[in-house]
Amino acid sequence: MNKNRIMDHPVLESLGNPKKITFTFDGKKYEGFEGDTIASALLANGIRKLRVQEATGNPRSIYCNIGHCFECRVAVNGKQGYRACVTLIEENMAVDSGQVLPHPLHPDVEDLPKTYADYAKNYKKGGNPNA
Amino acid sequence: MHDVVIIGAGPAGLSAAISCRELDLDVLVVDEFPKPGGRLLGQLHQEPSGEWWNGILETKKLVDRAAELDTRIECGVSVHHIEKTETGFNTHTNQGIFPSENLLIATGAAESPAPIPGWTLPGVMSIGAAQVMTNVHRVRVGNKGIVAGVNVLSAAIAIELQLAGVELHSMVLPAKNAVNKHHANPKAVMEGLVRVAHLAPSPFIRFGSKFANNPLVRDIAVKFFPKGGVKMGDMPIHVRKSMIQINGTDKVESVTLANLTTDGEVIPGSEEIVEVDFVCIAGGLYPLAELAAVIGCPFQYVEELGGHVPVHNEQMETPVDGLFVAGNITGIESSKVAKDQGTLAGISIANRKYGKNADLEFSIIEAKKQVHRTRDNASIQFHPGIREGRQRIHQTYIAQEQANN
Ligand SMILES: Cc1cc2nc3c(=O)[nH]c(=O)nc-3n(C[C@H](O)[C@H](O)[C@H](O)COP(=O)(O)OP(=O)(O)OC[C@H]3O[C@@H](n4cnc5c(N)ncnc54)[C@H](O)[C@@H]3O)c2cc1C
Ligand code: FES
Repeated sequence: MNKNRIMDHPVLESLGNPKKITFTFDGKKYEGFEGDTIASALLANGIRKLRVQEATGNPRSIYCNIGHCFECRVAVNGKQGYRACVTLIEENMAVDSGQVLPHPLHPDVEDLPKTYADYAKNYKKGGNPNA
Repeated sequence: MHDVVIIGAGPAGLSAAISCRELDLDVLVVDEFPKPGGRLLGQLHQEPSGEWWNGILETKKLVDRAAELDTRIECGVSVHHIEKTETGFNTHTNQGIFPSENLLIATGAAESPAPIPGWTLPGVMSIGAAQVMTNVHRVRVGNKGIVAGVNVLSAAIAIELQLAGVELHSMVLPAKNAVNKHHANPKAVMEGLVRVAHLAPSPFIRFGSKFANNPLVRDIAVKFFPKGGVKMGDMPIHVRKSMIQINGTDKVESVTLANLTTDGEVIPGSEEIVEVDFVCIAGGLYPLAELAAVIGCPFQYVEELGGHVPVHNEQMETPVDGLFVAGNITGIESSKVAKDQGTLAGISIANRKYGKNADLEFSIIEAKKQVHRTRDNASIQFHPGIREGRQRIHQTYIAQEQANN
């Protein structure tokens, strides 16, 4: 779990031995430190992807990390719409990533672009990204 | 019913709470972040005197003082609506509704996005996100990254990342598009770069900063900007390189960079691919002011203050009776200024509560002077025209008040 931790720092205090907290993400067990947000605990475990865009399935992670952009939406103990970057982990908390939802206008989500390169190739006409 | 509800426990909100408590008001501070301190928590830079500005320690001083005064601070409380009532305000949150006679909005600033093709990939984050992960949560945001956007904040945070042992390839400009006009223009960026002269001990930038106001010299500096960039620590800063695309399938794998003409046009054939596992985007800061709009406070667009700002006077009152503002919601400045504005706002609130008295009026004059002194000595300045911007918004307040009388 400490793979990505900055335990010691040249100016800030060293982390010492913080209390460990166990939680699950998509059913798998992880450990974080007391005071971790869901986002920081997962990143410390090397996990960036928190959800997929509801229509296209494109992977998403944190963007602002301070509650402003709502990019990091996850479900906590079965309830949707929590921001992973401002929600503290708690012992035995069950966190689930955001999933693809049915889309009435695009039944064939498989056809939607998955990367910018796909998008540029198939959708961007005449150099105008809004075409 | 509280005398005052304070939204935001950053340096402005905390200082306001302290001065209100010192004057014996009943105060409730709410903040949606899990810890008090706001953006002060992540800050870590070396002052020109060599001393470290350690945001965690500075926050602790404020929180300790607030605790001595029995100040109620509730974290994890998100405000999503404010309603005017006959006696004051109702603040609507995820934890219920809080009524108060006065309201101080001290919600700080947010980062402007600078979109780059591919920027929704995991591993792309705002520069402030990396600051908070590194200094507050103490998690490494990746093994090797790159910064798109060259400004005071991104330069300061790039130093912080290096300090924590995170490797950065370089700092470049974001792709030019309809949104990133200013940040993608080498000449405009060069103008701002002189304000990081004390952070980047580079003779080139220090030389440039002497001629900051001369466009001719600035253009020459862009033209002759070293091909290998200007070094800050081990990392080069470029003003003639742009990040035109971020590549990867499930996460960031690389970025595509290209060289720019002095006018910011991509030079065809100059594209190169650089392998990184994270990207920080720095598009600057703007006042986070929606809540003031919800309650019907008038706004003015003032570029020097960072965007749309609620109209207010020099003692932090808005035209909405009982509504006050302080800190970065009133214009983008360093946390020391935000702190002094908070103190001033707290005294103004007490002055309204107690029905103006001479002692408080005197304290307000002193607190105003303190804001000016701190502004004059600020080591981090986000915008050179801050004083003119402040004057404009204060004049608007006075003009509106006269029109209403
Ligand atoms: C990402 C970022 C990094 C920065 N880094 C630096 C730096 O390194 N050096 C520097 O000098 N300045 C920096 N700044 C500028 C910074 O805004 C000021 O230094 C200072 O922190 C402003 O103080 P404040 O009290 O006005 O706001 P903040 O410190 O931003 O505090 C505002 C508080 O309000 C809370 N809040 C906002 N909206 C709501 C809501 N709806 N409900 C509940 N709570 C809410 C937030 O959670 C936050 O804690 C940074 C700003 C940002 C956005
Ligand atoms: S990352 Fe922006 S709200 Fe969580």
